[in-house]
Amino acid sequence: MRIANHPILGPALETDLICITVDGKELKAIKGEMIAAVLLANNIRIHRFTSKRKEPRGIYCGIGQCTDCVMVVNGKPNVRTCITPVEEGMLIETQYGYGKKGEIDV
Amino acid sequence: MFKKEVVIVGGGPAGLAAAIEAAKAGAETLLIDENTKAGGQLFKQIHKFFGSRAHNAGTRGINIAKSLLEEAENAGVELWLNSAVIGLFKDKKLAVVRIGRPEKTTLIVEAKNILIATGASENAINFPGWTLPGVMGAGAAQTMINIHRVLPGNRVLMIGSGNVGLIVTYQLLQAGCHVAGIVEAAKKIGGYGVHAGKVSRAGVPFYLGHTIIRAEGENDQVKRAVIARLDHNFKPIEGTEKEFDVDTVCIAAGLRPLTELATMHNVRHELIPELGGWMPLHDANMESSSPGIYVAGDSAGVEEANAAMDEGRLAGVAIAQSLGYLNESKAEDLKAEIRSRLTALRQGSFGEKRLSAKLKIIQMGSAL
Repeated sequence: MRIANHPILGPALETDLICITVDGKELKAIKGEMIAAVLLANNIRIHRFTSKRKEPRGIYCGIGQCTDCVMVVNGKPNVRTCITPVEEGMLIETQYGYGKKGEIDV
Repeated sequence: MFKKEVVIVGGGPAGLAAAIEAAKAGAETLLIDENTKAGGQLFKQIHKFFGSRAHNAGTRGINIAKSLLEEAENAGVELWLNSAVIGLFKDKKLAVVRIGRPEKTTLIVEAKNILIATGASENAINFPGWTLPGVMGAGAAQTMINIHRVLPGNRVLMIGSGNVGLIVTYQLLQAGCHVAGIVEAAKKIGGYGVHAGKVSRAGVPFYLGHTIIRAEGENDQVKRAVIARLDHNFKPIEGTEKEFDVDTVCIAAGLRPLTELATMHNVRHELIPELGGWMPLHDANMESSSPGIYVAGDSAGVEEANAAMDEGRLAGVAIAQSLGYLNESKAEDLKAEIRSRLTALRQGSFGEKRLSAKLKIIQMGSAL
């Protein structure tokens, strides 16, 4: 959920919205915000499944250090979604192991 | 290949302060940061700092960051954003991956002096369910609410009552989350009384002498968390479990220095538990065991933003002096002033441990 009003930071500014696609679903995102933020705003918290044990992973450190939140972005796997800004038309997919679902067998 | 007099890795409080000092003195200074914006973690510190006026008391971290960025620009610091330093080789050569100009390119930068100001990373604690989406660092939750303005969840359990745990709890409340409690293994609250008082008055219960024993999921995400009381050996006591209906668990279990680059250059490290673990040794000028390689801020021992800025300034002045941009008397005056501010920051029941650990580092570091 987005924070519309904040006691210190004030109301959210009017911003340009762009369109991205997450696992085939279109979402509106704020220009320049991080992929992980848009996902959280839409209550999407699972970013990937691990290769061996197929366990879910999401945001852990939020600042690009832990690499837990990586996803497939525009076809490229292992993109750190917490420090990668959205771009118009970006295609974001849940990562399975080291790539898209069924793409890389491990 | 690029050649620079000073390269600073990390644009947080330490790196920015160092860059400002070096550039102001006349050194050709390049600041490299992998993020889209410099400022490090200052932008998520929306609370007012306290302490003395020399240390920004009453100013919010976010505003300190804004003025540092402005000062750096005015001082003529060259800033490479979206640029990750992935290697530090002998002869002080850095490998830098620059994103988006227009493509990703890897460059080599050779520097006369390098400052490593890469900050720290949050510690994790392991318990069944700790990898479930919804379990995250307290700093991650703080980034989500204060920088990205999104809630990490609706109902949060905070693990750890140090200053990070307390401040983030309060900021989660400000953002509109419910915080079900703060769980602390020790018998007393870890952080400052002033922060503890604020969350207490807001009605957040403390569970002292407790720890989280598991997070349980539903649909692959956190659905509840279970804590238990600890015995005198810090083992959970059976039958004392308490269950919380939460979708988020935040871990505030301290931080450790990020020193990968320093280790690549064979900089001498030591284990200093009081400041977060393994860290590079340095002398009174913040210079490491490798001549021309300096460290400052959390990557030289985890403290807080004010200490990081002053350590950065100290390194910046020392570097400018070594390059001949500041004469000895001017540089020594500036350094003495900064060192006395640092000592003033390391006082009181919280600071004394840090002061003695820092003295130990400097003593060992000077002997190298």
